[in-house]
Amino acid sequence: MSSEPTPPQNDEGIAGGFPLASEARGVLEAARREGRGLTETERAIAQVEAFTPEEASARIALNEAVEEDPGIRRPMVINLGPQHPSTHGVMRLITELDGETVLDLHPVIGYLHTGIEKQCENKTWWQAITLVTRMDYLSPYSNTLAYCTSVEKLLGLEVPVRAQYLRVIMLELNRIASHLVWLGTSGLELGAISVFFFTYRERDAALDLGEMISGERMNSRYFQVGGCADDMPDGFEAELRKFVDAMPGHVDEYEQLVAGNQIWLDRLVGVGVLPADELVALGVTGPALRAAGVPHDLRRSNPYTGYERFEFDIPTFENGDAYDRFRVRMREIRESTKIIQQALDSIPEGSHIADDRKVVLPPREELAVSMEALIHHFKLVTEGYRVPAGEVYSGVESPRGEIGCYVASDGGTKPYRVHMRDASFVNLQALRPMAKGQYLADLVAMIGSLDNVMGGVDR
Amino acid sequence: MIQEAFLVILIKAVVVVFIVVTTFAYLMLLERKLMGRMQLRYGPNRTGPFGLLQPAADLVKMLLKEDFTPAGANKVLFQLAPVMAVFAAVGSLSVIPFGDSVTLWGHHVNLYGTDLNVGLLLVFALSGIGFYGLILGGYASGNKYALLGAARSAAQLVSYEVAMGLSVVGVLMLAQSLSLVDIVHAQADTVWYILLQPVGFILFMLAGLAETNRPPFDLPEAEGELVAGYHTEYGGTKFAGFAMAEYLNMIVVTSIAATLFLGGFSGPWLPGPIWLAIKVFILIVGLIWIRATMPRLRYDRLMKFGWKILLPLATLNLLITALVVGLGFPNK
Repeated sequence: MSSEPTPPQNDEGIAGGFPLASEARGVLEAARREGRGLTETERAIAQVEAFTPEEASARIALNEAVEEDPGIRRPMVINLGPQHPSTHGVMRLITELDGETVLDLHPVIGYLHTGIEKQCENKTWWQAITLVTRMDYLSPYSNTLAYCTSVEKLLGLEVPVRAQYLRVIMLELNRIASHLVWLGTSGLELGAISVFFFTYRERDAALDLGEMISGERMNSRYFQVGGCADDMPDGFEAELRKFVDAMPGHVDEYEQLVAGNQIWLDRLVGVGVLPADELVALGVTGPALRAAGVPHDLRRSNPYTGYERFEFDIPTFENGDAYDRFRVRMREIRESTKIIQQALDSIPEGSHIADDRKVVLPPREELAVSMEALIHHFKLVTEGYRVPAGEVYSGVESPRGEIGCYVASDGGTKPYRVHMRDASFVNLQALRPMAKGQYLADLVAMIGSLDNVMGGVDR
Repeated sequence: MIQEAFLVILIKAVVVVFIVVTTFAYLMLLERKLMGRMQLRYGPNRTGPFGLLQPAADLVKMLLKEDFTPAGANKVLFQLAPVMAVFAAVGSLSVIPFGDSVTLWGHHVNLYGTDLNVGLLLVFALSGIGFYGLILGGYASGNKYALLGAARSAAQLVSYEVAMGLSVVGVLMLAQSLSLVDIVHAQADTVWYILLQPVGFILFMLAGLAETNRPPFDLPEAEGELVAGYHTEYGGTKFAGFAMAEYLNMIVVTSIAATLFLGGFSGPWLPGPIWLAIKVFILIVGLIWIRATMPRLRYDRLMKFGWKILLPLATLNLLITALVVGLGFPNK
């Protein structure tokens, strides 16, 4: 096929004939430059991205005319997911295989779409917090913080220092719990089944702590607009100290279990490498970016909720392979325990939530004695509070990268628009360039090392 | 070898198959219990005392499942594949010596199915046929995951059979026989061959792991990648057939390893079958331990490991053994 000159009408068709969506055009031009036909996936993309059915069929016909070659080796198209043991929930990858080599893949998302962003528009400002916890269900604290900070910015609300400390503590605890899920499940995918049970032992302790402070294990609605729902209960600090003191030892244990294993190294070293500039161009954030040597961490570069008060390292490595991502996350667990310890040591006295009765619910005990408190309570629960018109974006560093919340208000009691920039969604883009030309088994390792949560991708 | 009555052989076959099939059921329970303990959990403990009736419950469940054949499957091969796998595994039992000859109720009984002068070759041949079960099962399912699993199975077979064959030739040279009974006797006369052939033993166990599709060589059924590999489309009794074949193969491979390297049924005080059972039990616990610890190898690494490490090592081991035996070391 490469020896034959390209038919002229094909040239015109691509260059001037149709208005093409940018990706489809890029795909077609790349194929033409390399003098090859389209892969099945590229064809699917071209079809999907076409503006009109006529355009799609014309384009497919053109490419088929070029590609018609009886001796051609056809790839096997295999549908990984949405029900597949290793695709983290309901991700679907249409994968083209030549033997065990992945020629191309096309992620199909949306199986977990629940319309959370749209639903938020029908809830009052404080009801929407409950919804955003459900997006990236492994990091509810980061989701709610992104939303609450945005609303606080619109309101111009100051969060008390003690509440900021409480937030940092729970965010870092959440980071540990999330990384533990990642380690356990990616171990399962690579066949190291035991590590899963070890990490879940510690994750269970972390969830118990979350239950103690917020009443919920999974989708904790602990952060409120203006602070946190409640102060630390009795005994929480001691339990948390016990947990973070033991955690570095447990990390040693995991590293002993897997990182000293030659097979584990074989499976991860040199797998899923993308250069740093390409990762930046794709918008990848979080451990995947830091593993490639870019020390980008919002906690340091753009501190929020008082992260500037704490001493911690941002682990970075050079190679950007799955093994470096593994090392970054293991180091991050250690750094998180340090942050929690510092926060516990230096947490100031004060209120756990702002004292603004127009936004924050009055304390329970005041309702029986204060008419004003009762009125405030009634207004807040029934109508909600009004947020000045405007729009704002605030990002936080979730366990998977930057989770940002864009909130627009028209001055009413409900958000006009809530949009989340979810790290999993953006990071998923990196999978295709990573996996092209690699082994199917490595694809599984890459999915694991990117640590996408489909709840966040689909929202 | 002394001739036995036909009825004795028949009874023996029934007893051996019955015992080994029961062992297989409890081997699964043992694996689940042991792995549970290694993974901070209990394993099955609800069915009967200590979960001892779990195998019976599993059996009933498997038998009551719908006997399902996918529309795209090759009907004959799909049915035949698990049968082949089980047949090969059970067939291998016929040459494994569980003990020496004894006299029971005035009848002469050999505690082995038959003492072929090519016993070991038969085992290898049958294990090769057993692999056909996996390959055909995956191919006949009409499922892409199963096809990939079958392809991996075939690749694994060619990579590991040669190394496995070569790893035992050293033992054959030392014993000057292919008969498993003779090999055991030769070890009883001298020492266990694990002392003379440590490399051979390790190579045999590694290749044996690959032959039985046990982790870390469980690529044909890698659940993280291929859903369930070659048996993706199998359920009910047919799936039970594959599971049975896998566990029987574990018993066969460890029995052969015990026979070739650990003195088989020979040992003081206790009767032969008990000695063999002890040795097999220890080896099987080792296999279960490996499963709980090791991640899965990657497909190409597995081939590299087979061809570039195991095979040269086995050849080297063979050459050195041949040299030593040729120079007249323990030549009886």
